[in-house]
Amino acid sequence: MELLPTVWFVAIAALWTGYLLLEGFDLGVGMHMLVSARGESQRRLMLNTIGPVWDGNEVWLITAGAATFAAFPLWYASLFSGLYLPLVFVLLGLIFRAVSIEYRGKGSTDRWRRMCDLGLGVGSFVAAFGIGAALGITTTGLPIDANGDRVGGPLAWLSVPAVLGGLAVVGFCLVHAAAFLALKTDGPVRRRSGRFVGGWGILALLPIVGWVLLVQANNANPWSLALVAVAVLAVGYGWVNAHRENEGRGFLGLAVFLIAGVASIFSAVYPVVLPSTIDPAFDLTISNAASGEYTLGVMTWVTAFGLPLVFVYQGWTYWVFRRRLSEQHIPDAHPVVSAAGR
Amino acid sequence: MDPVDIARWQFGITTVYHFWMVPLTIGLGPVVALMQTLWLRTGQERYLRMTKFWGKLYLINFIMGVATGLVQEFQFGMAWSEYARFVGDVFGAPLAMEGLLAFFFESTFLGLWIFGWNRLPRRVHLATLWIAVFGSIASAYFIIVANSWMQHPVGVELVEGRAVMTDIWAVLGNSTAIAAFTHTMFGALGVGAGFLIGISWYHLWRRRRDGIDSVDELGRVVVGERADLPGRDRLDHSVWLRSLRIGAAVAILGFGGVAITGDAQAKLMFEQQPMKMAAAEGACESGTSFSILSVGTLGDRDCDGVVGLIEVPGVLSFLANGSFDEPVRGVNELLPEYQAAYGETLPDDSIYGDRAGQPIQYVPLMEVTYWGFRLMILFGALAAFAAVVALWLTRKGTVPQSKWIMRLAVLGILAPFAANSAGWVFTEMGRQPFVVAPNPNPSGVDGVFMFTAAAVSPGVSWGELLFSLITLTLVYGALMVVEVRLIARFTRAGVAAAMPELIHSRDDAGHPDGDGDEGDPQADGADSRVRRADDVLGFAY
Ligand code: HDD
Ligand code: HEM
Ligand code: HEM
Repeated sequence: MELLPTVWFVAIAALWTGYLLLEGFDLGVGMHMLVSARGESQRRLMLNTIGPVWDGNEVWLITAGAATFAAFPLWYASLFSGLYLPLVFVLLGLIFRAVSIEYRGKGSTDRWRRMCDLGLGVGSFVAAFGIGAALGITTTGLPIDANGDRVGGPLAWLSVPAVLGGLAVVGFCLVHAAAFLALKTDGPVRRRSGRFVGGWGILALLPIVGWVLLVQANNANPWSLALVAVAVLAVGYGWVNAHRENEGRGFLGLAVFLIAGVASIFSAVYPVVLPSTIDPAFDLTISNAASGEYTLGVMTWVTAFGLPLVFVYQGWTYWVFRRRLSEQHIPDAHPVVSAAGR
Repeated sequence: MDPVDIARWQFGITTVYHFWMVPLTIGLGPVVALMQTLWLRTGQERYLRMTKFWGKLYLINFIMGVATGLVQEFQFGMAWSEYARFVGDVFGAPLAMEGLLAFFFESTFLGLWIFGWNRLPRRVHLATLWIAVFGSIASAYFIIVANSWMQHPVGVELVEGRAVMTDIWAVLGNSTAIAAFTHTMFGALGVGAGFLIGISWYHLWRRRRDGIDSVDELGRVVVGERADLPGRDRLDHSVWLRSLRIGAAVAILGFGGVAITGDAQAKLMFEQQPMKMAAAEGACESGTSFSILSVGTLGDRDCDGVVGLIEVPGVLSFLANGSFDEPVRGVNELLPEYQAAYGETLPDDSIYGDRAGQPIQYVPLMEVTYWGFRLMILFGALAAFAAVVALWLTRKGTVPQSKWIMRLAVLGILAPFAANSAGWVFTEMGRQPFVVAPNPNPSGVDGVFMFTAAAVSPGVSWGELLFSLITLTLVYGALMVVEVRLIARFTRAGVAAAMPELIHSRDDAGHPDGDGDEGDPQADGADSRVRRADDVLGFAY
């Protein structure tokens, strides 16, 4: 076992987990705004629960990508170029999403707001699906040749595991966001979201369970199976508590479920970072895809300093904005009138 | 179609676009933070208004920088996978540091600032903005370290055909990076300054047109007020005049800094990438003269058709090495040296695909480098000159009534943007045909270089690249329209758009509700806590 590449394998798994955990509810809130909000004031309420934090959450994705580039350049190069088309759509989704969140309230017509809701909802869906597909692929395989390049054309990535991964992340985002809304709001949105998590809505987690099991079926080890058990217990705990309207514990259960689930996937595939479906000899692993010792050492120092800091101040942000919001807190939009005298 | 060309167009278009938002974010951020600091220090309301108004425009722009930055981050892997494999060991590190040590600060603390009004203690609230601004500047530093490594690779050795990092301090302290970072920061301040001047000018002009302000017989301003227009009180005048003056001061600082750091960068460039500089000068023969105007067929990349029309003897060598008579090497002298060192045709290697064996074009497109360089300086100089003129014209407290001068001032907002784009296009295209430029001088590392033709992803088809090039360009185009419209809308609405409380306090005081604006039906009877929440959200969204 090589120490530094392993440390970095864990670090990157942790960054992806952090991303899914935090932006998971942002993306889900975006989708809920499109499909389950009733009326303008509920939509604005939902948007305001993520308003102060969504951009900070998205940086987890940027950092996960950049850290992969720094620590495993060959993984980054093969995965990103192999998934060229889906990633274009992820980027478009994230662009529309970001712009819709910030510009929604800056227009004054209903048409404008509807367009932004569409951009936000569809953008969130596409981004979640694409990122899920990419993660699904990186744990189950892509047809790559000896150089690490994708063969088989632009759609070679399209496979059952890719779709499963995509659905898994979308489903998780929906449930996670409902748990988050139940925790952060008051009134009808809180009640409806709580019922979703504590009721049939939990079935939206089936695809992620399927993904976990698929990976286990291919390469299980005692560690990863133990983590699967933790995930199962956590989701049960979350569901029961959500059912009893204990929102804090419901959210906690889901969070632990995600952490254990993703950890079980990554610990099962270790040390392969991107399997080749053509020939196992072409697999990218933590040893043949990694940067040199020196670079990994430098990055370890930087991360050991930077990441705990991120925990502290992002944690503080959630503390500052810990108050529950309700529709009474959301006043009418104020008009932007021209200060011109005519 | 050659995937390399499509990928280059895509990278060029998306980065130049990203770099329209970036300098405004970097230039405006510290100014807004300064305004809020002044508000805290002096307690004067005009600084609060300035903070809110300019802060609002800052945020409208900021988000587009975020949305387009993401594309940049992904593109290295998506379209340039061979590049990512070759340099990842050294190039990925500054990118990851940018995420961990800059973007997290920037985005988290900006969120705190936007929603933290009235919720955080004032000093803490101010600190959040300063930290976010620091994050922007740190991000610029790290990304320019990455970019400068491509211009001047240091701190690496070649191991099995890949660049492997041996010294992070050499990479972070790269002379090219220090020069380019300071130069771009001052250039960004120039952009922020032009924005402040143009918009403040417009508002001062409109106060005159609407008959609010007038001038006495000595030309001094007489400040008035209009109760029926939200925010159009006496204080409003000093908001704009003060903003304009701050803008002019920042402009002088920015453009002064740009000249000094640009000169330092030029001296380095003559050493590190002599071909880029020769092409920038249209200098075919070695010599000492600086060309002010060259005509002829610069685009042909050979020197046969280039005729220097106006030249200033001695200046070129002064720029390059600080003496007037040491000749600077021209294209005709450099070309054989490059061919001898790096070959005349692309090697017969599979990573070049169909391009293997093609002749290598060592002279970058002279049209672009020559004019890019001159436009950068020209637009910068124009904007600096305009800032001084603006100070002079407003010395008596307001702007002239002329509509045309106002239009010029607003149009002038574009000049520093143009200078920035020209500077980047020049420096990036001047690096061609290399994506990682080799360095002829001892401080560079031997053998670490890469042709752009080898950098593109081998597994990605031209169809995919073309699809993304077209989609991204269309989406970016549409978003530009949206952003400019929003900025125009909030600019026209003035301070009141960012401060609903200005409209409310007017209602509270029983002022008549102006020309049929919608007012605020819920305001009556709602408790003031809710209204304050409204005002915070009115700022945020
Ligand atoms: C000189 C400065 C500079 C340069 C050359 C670049 N950027 Fe940039 N970038 C910034 C300065 C900046 C910034 C000022 O920090 C931005 C602009 C607005 C913003 O939100 O942050 C930003 C935003 C931004 C974001 C979004 C951050 C967030 O979500 O908060 C990403 C991912 C990138 N950039 C990535 C890149 C890449 C990969 C570049 C290389 C081609 C690049 N930028 C060039
Ligand atoms: C860290 C920052 C940057 C990096 C790493 C970078 C890297 C690259 C790469 C990989 C290419 C494609 C290969 C090529 O054609 O040269 C490129 C091209 C280009 N970049 Fe940059 N770039 C950076 C910043 C910028 C910025 C900020 C701009 C301008 C706003 C810019 C403008 C361009 C242009 C115009 C091209 C096209 C060059 C051509 O077609 O010949 N770059 N750059
Ligand atoms: C407001 C914007 C800008 C202005 C006014 C400006 C002005 C200048 C000046 C006066 C010089 C020194 C010329 C000399 O001494 O030979 C210079 C050099 C340079 N600038 Fe800029 N610049 C601006 C933006 C940029 C940007 C954004 C870049 C991109 C990195 C850039 C790239 C360069 C380079 C590479 C040089 C050195 C090469 C040379 O001087 O010929 N500039 N600039």
